[in-house]
Amino acid sequence: MKISEKNVAYVAGLARLSLTPEELKTMTGQMDAILGYVDKLNELNTDGIIPTAHAVPMANAFRVDQVVTSIGTAAALANAPHGADGCFQVPKVIE
Amino acid sequence: MKTRYETVIGLEVHVQLTTATKIFCGCSTAFGQSPNSQTCPVCLGLPGALPVLNREVVNAAIKTGLATNCRIAPYSIFARKNYFYPDLPKGYQISQFELPICEQGWLDISSEEFAAKRIGITRIHMEEDAGKLLHAANAGSLVDLNRACTPLLEVVSEPDMRSAAEAIAYLKQLHQIVVYLGVCDGNMEEGSFRCDANVSVRPVGQAELGTRAELKNLNSFRFIKQAIDYEVERQIELIEEGGKVVQETRLFDPDAGVTRSMRGKEQAHDYRYFPDPDLLPLEVSEGWIAEVRAALPELPDQKRRRYEEQLGLPAYDAAVLSAERPLAEYFEALVVRHNNPKLCSNWVMGEVLGAIRENNVAIDDCPVTPELLAGILKRIEDNSISGKIAKTVFSAIWQTGKSADEVIAERGLKQVSDSAALAAIIAEVIAANPTEVAEYRGGKEKLMGFFVGQVMKESKGKANPGLVNQLLKEHLQQKT
Repeated sequence: MKISEKNVAYVAGLARLSLTPEELKTMTGQMDAILGYVDKLNELNTDGIIPTAHAVPMANAFRVDQVVTSIGTAAALANAPHGADGCFQVPKVIE
Repeated sequence: MKTRYETVIGLEVHVQLTTATKIFCGCSTAFGQSPNSQTCPVCLGLPGALPVLNREVVNAAIKTGLATNCRIAPYSIFARKNYFYPDLPKGYQISQFELPICEQGWLDISSEEFAAKRIGITRIHMEEDAGKLLHAANAGSLVDLNRACTPLLEVVSEPDMRSAAEAIAYLKQLHQIVVYLGVCDGNMEEGSFRCDANVSVRPVGQAELGTRAELKNLNSFRFIKQAIDYEVERQIELIEEGGKVVQETRLFDPDAGVTRSMRGKEQAHDYRYFPDPDLLPLEVSEGWIAEVRAALPELPDQKRRRYEEQLGLPAYDAAVLSAERPLAEYFEALVVRHNNPKLCSNWVMGEVLGAIRENNVAIDDCPVTPELLAGILKRIEDNSISGKIAKTVFSAIWQTGKSADEVIAERGLKQVSDSAALAAIIAEVIAANPTEVAEYRGGKEKLMGFFVGQVMKESKGKANPGLVNQLLKEHLQQKT
């Protein structure tokens, strides 16, 4: 086992996921299997190879600095569960 | 015995760029618009929306990097910085982590308060800003995403500063540079130039750095100084009392003049950076860098040196005139039209600055343009008007927009340099003041000032002062 339940619980916490003890166990087994599989890549000698940052061998996709009409407040808020005064309303952040 | 402590300061500055649009979408970056009116699927973080890099942001980063002596990376990438906060719709901020666009720069700072020194710049990277949280009186917090995805440069210094004065000098110089370059409007109140300060103390002689506190909410140079001074004292006191500085983020409270621990953010950050698969790598060619370098404006430091060395201005004049680009451009436009730098400098620092401050107008909107002012200076130098009358002409031009020659002609302000006319006035003054004349002739030569004053008054300020002096001396001596 490379991955412990503690690792999974930590990552779940960062991702704001609450897992039941059973889920934690299942996830730990699955993640361990996945990472074990990917770990095979470590057998390759990659000395002197520049890490790939992107799957496509391309660079430099740009926009020109020209304003495009925005979608508007109403459309922006259309999917928000709560809105007020043209803003998204969320539970109070600071006491 | 009390241990002596050394302060160590490193600064992270967020420079908001003046591009028309956001860093990864075409929404406007204009300040102060109604909430969420400048948003689109990209900056709202809607699923499936794809970011595309604004080329102008890269230009601004290269400019800033070159102006701060950085190495511009030929290859850089964007990364996702993952954390949850309601002002960050995607759940991650697009930033640069490994391979930022600029590295290893420096700025030289100097002041009367400390010896000149070089401050290292670790890196400059591009990133998007978060939205704005409004804490309304009602139950919830409100989120405005107009600012989300606004382009920022983060400029990270080395922990090279040893006092608040050094930190301020570094910040002022960086501020001056980004404003000169036109990449930032420099407005600290609106948050266009924001600074976080990492502050620690250590006993003098200790190589290892002390534990640092990160100070936030520093939106003016004055607050930055206050916050650093307070924090240094707090940390020293804490250590002296046997306590330990905790690594934490502290907010500066400008009303109380203190820094306070930010509760609720104690959880250690683990941002899990990884390359953003939505954005292609950025390659900056030598040609691109050369193109940007060629278009760089002359920077304040270079201007200041040129004003001293080539125009022969005193250090003080050179510093004042080069401090802000519009003022420097006004001054240079004036010198082009009237090649007497010191006279130009006197007038720009005196009348022009005085008048624009008094009337609260920007130098660009000064009604007395460099061309009009050159017209005045020309008439001072050819003795058509005295320096004093020139100020009257300046005010008149400010009001009417007419040329110096028009004002002088209309108001009959031309200096009287006609010896005969002046001799007549002088004769009158001598006749009217027999007591003073006798005293003068008795050796009280200080009275010359009095006579000059009388003649100037009689001539309504139009007499040529040099000539008056000369003629007065002759007349007063003649009759002994």
